[in-house]
Amino acid sequence: MIEQIVFYLFAGMLVFSASMVVVMRNPIHAALFLILSFFASSAIWLLLQAEFLAITLVLVYVGAVMVLFLFVVMMLNINKVTVEEGFARHLPLGISVAVSMVVAMGLVVGSDYFLSERYTAVQQLDPNYSNAKELGIAIYTEYLYQFEIAGAILLVAIIAAITLGMSKLKITKAINPNQQVYVKKEDRLRIIKMQAEPKNKNEESDA
Amino acid sequence: MITLPEVLSLAALLFCISVAGIFLNRKNVLILLMCVELMLLSVNMNFIAFSHFLGDIHGQVFVFFILTVAAAESAIGLAILVVLFRKKNTINIDDLGSMKG
Repeated sequence: MIEQIVFYLFAGMLVFSASMVVVMRNPIHAALFLILSFFASSAIWLLLQAEFLAITLVLVYVGAVMVLFLFVVMMLNINKVTVEEGFARHLPLGISVAVSMVVAMGLVVGSDYFLSERYTAVQQLDPNYSNAKELGIAIYTEYLYQFEIAGAILLVAIIAAITLGMSKLKITKAINPNQQVYVKKEDRLRIIKMQAEPKNKNEESDA
Repeated sequence: MITLPEVLSLAALLFCISVAGIFLNRKNVLILLMCVELMLLSVNMNFIAFSHFLGDIHGQVFVFFILTVAAAESAIGLAILVVLFRKKNTINIDDLGSMKG
């Protein structure tokens, strides 16, 4: 019973904040409501006994991705840009698409099929059960190659993001090898003629 | 206790809200990216619900990989957005039709 109350509390918070993300005109407010919806869904994941992923959602999404979003929103100086007129014009289309999708999905999801015995959760888990340990066992044995591919994807993302960000900035101090090969001695070394220095400076000053 | 259809309806509702958001916000690419993040979140919630109610850990492994790909996707998307804004000085979708034939 208490579980259901908590679930509906966080579900209401999630739906509210998700609709606020859609409705808000200011992108900063939308990003903040998106953070709230991530928190609410992480609480729901905790209720569904996916503890590791709930913590990961907060750490990775709220801690990294949403901070990135906020950085970009503030960097782009969006206040000049965000002149929104088309909202009322697209409202009927958006509402109709959303309502028809809700009806279609509700027909599937609301059927008795998902209430059957097959989909009843294990109520009492072992006190020593560790979700992170189980997940780790699955990832590092069965899904090892996929895990490595995920690492490669993250590396590609890092390289791509840095390359895109630095493309036109010219702040790198990298050397052009072409120019480096064709450099001549005259470009770097200058020989100048000058008067020879007197042999003894002290004698000259005395004289 | 929570039943499976409740969680599935919540995820479906979340998905529909984000689809409606894509239809409504045709001006701002940033909010479109946020709606895509919401969609991925709702899909993840489906995976976790089935993983819980079937007592199977593999759904959570899948969510793990989706989180990885979503993080990479949003990082690259935001980088592209910054480059686009630097070049065109706008993120209005209507102004970004330079590839239109």
